[in-house]
Amino acid sequence: MQPETTRQTSPGRIQPKKQSRLSQVVTEMKKNKHYYILMGPYMLIFFTFTVIPVIFSMILSFFNFNMLEFPRFVGWHNYSRLFLSDDVFMIALKNTLLFAVICGPVSYLACFLFAWIINELSPKIRAIMTLVFYAPSISGNVFFIWLIVFSGDRYGYLNGFLIKYGFMLEPIQWLTNEKYILGIIMVVQLWLSLGTSFLAFIAGLQTIDRSLVEAGAIDGIRNRWQELWFITLPSMRPQLMFGAVMQITSSFAVADISIALAGFPSVNYAGHTIVTHLLDYGTIRFEMGYASAIATVLFGIMLGTNMLTQRLLRKVGE
Amino acid sequence: MTKRLNRSLSVSFFLFVFLALVGAFMALPLVYAVNNAFKPLDELFIFPPRFLVNNPTLDNFYDLIALMGNSWVPLSRYVMNTLVITVIGTVGHILLASAAAYPLAKYRFPGSKTLFSIVVMSLMFSGHVTAIPNYMVMSWLGWINTHASIIVPSLAFSLGLFLMKQFMEQIPDALLEAAKIDGANEYRIYWTIVMPNVKPAWLTLMILQFPLLWGSDGGNFIYSENLKTLHYALGQIAAGGIARAGVGAAVALILMVVPITLFIISQSNVIQTMATSGMKE
Repeated sequence: MQPETTRQTSPGRIQPKKQSRLSQVVTEMKKNKHYYILMGPYMLIFFTFTVIPVIFSMILSFFNFNMLEFPRFVGWHNYSRLFLSDDVFMIALKNTLLFAVICGPVSYLACFLFAWIINELSPKIRAIMTLVFYAPSISGNVFFIWLIVFSGDRYGYLNGFLIKYGFMLEPIQWLTNEKYILGIIMVVQLWLSLGTSFLAFIAGLQTIDRSLVEAGAIDGIRNRWQELWFITLPSMRPQLMFGAVMQITSSFAVADISIALAGFPSVNYAGHTIVTHLLDYGTIRFEMGYASAIATVLFGIMLGTNMLTQRLLRKVGE
Repeated sequence: MTKRLNRSLSVSFFLFVFLALVGAFMALPLVYAVNNAFKPLDELFIFPPRFLVNNPTLDNFYDLIALMGNSWVPLSRYVMNTLVITVIGTVGHILLASAAAYPLAKYRFPGSKTLFSIVVMSLMFSGHVTAIPNYMVMSWLGWINTHASIIVPSLAFSLGLFLMKQFMEQIPDALLEAAKIDGANEYRIYWTIVMPNVKPAWLTLMILQFPLLWGSDGGNFIYSENLKTLHYALGQIAAGGIARAGVGAAVALILMVVPITLFIISQSNVIQTMATSGMKE
């Protein structure tokens, strides 16, 4: 700042070249070089395996590429094929949106609701209940337990139970019957979905200032629902945002459960999602350009929904 | 604990009954998994199926060991592979993510805001989006069929950096200033002051990262049987059909016990970190 003002007061003299914005940034960067060194390894890996692949995927979606021949530019062709002539993609899109519309909000509300109820318990029981609700999501891929529950013969638990109590006579092929596949995947997805955001909510609830609640009671808050809306929810808005991002992302990315339970591809694509469609074209048919177009569409949907939800959540408690 | 305000008993009762019911739904499959692992063969195929075990036995585990002993690649090999991936991946992630989070949490410099918002944005989509270009990157690097293809990308998951940054913001600036006056450089401050102060955050990253890597089966990157993980090997055994149902149950138990035990040990610390995990920029 200083040299600039002196220059202005002495016109006519030969002025030293004004420091450009770029060189300013460079000096600033040199001053902070330790920070860049600290961030270096992480950012290098993060960019190599996350950022560049996303950009690369977007570019690739405009090409015809099968890993063997040189990529050929095809413009919007992959997208037009995806939306206009790929019937299976439409099933996948429909299923994924169903997951997002049903599983997303339900698991988000469940995360909050159970965190909220658990928070009222005594610390010991709270710890146990937290474990009960969180355990499924970290117990790895034990969701194949559900294969036994929904197994198609009489040894399947659900079939065995329904037959024993006389609800039906013949076992139902739960996982190969189009009518049930999607519903079953949803149940298992919900079972698995109380994860990171659930923990964030429990923690957020514990940090709420008790004096705020007491002040609220004096100001005329009559029941727990009002307390929830006017005090609890606004105080944990950051956790609510974080949780929403986590739940939305996971409900759009259902694939492993579908593959494990219903097979790949599932009967008549009943359990097909955008991600399984992506895996189909990417790892089986090797149509990389087309698969990249699918990935780009998924990316857009996830990002758009997240932005929208965050905007909605800003209104909580107002 | 202070007396709770604004509570009506009937609603409480209703809520707790609801909690218990859903809690049962959450816990029963896991209880079943535990019980199944100890069932003798005749109980596994009883009709109608029974939930709890009557005569617990360790046969399934002995069978598992016998089966693994006959297999082409010894069990110890799978265990080692999994341990290598899980330990390096988890420890490395904690180190790299916290090193990157410290400057982002405490200082402003050109690019810091942009870099952090890119990380936040990457929280908003799942890894499946990048699956295909990732495969190409791996093959260009020559990392197909190496453990590096699983370990290295896991070092830079965005959730870890995000949680670390949020947690580090709470470290008082005065502490860092004092260290600077005493002549410590940035690396020293990071290592001797910041790191010990964010122990709960490490445990959180551990509990998030560990199950992911523990459950990894090598994905699309590892094809060589010698390099496969325990999870993959056990999955193969469990896929052996009805004759292996007991062994499969034992496998499920082994796979789920480790991450759950870890969570029980670190629970209170994890929740402490999560309290600061606000989605703000």
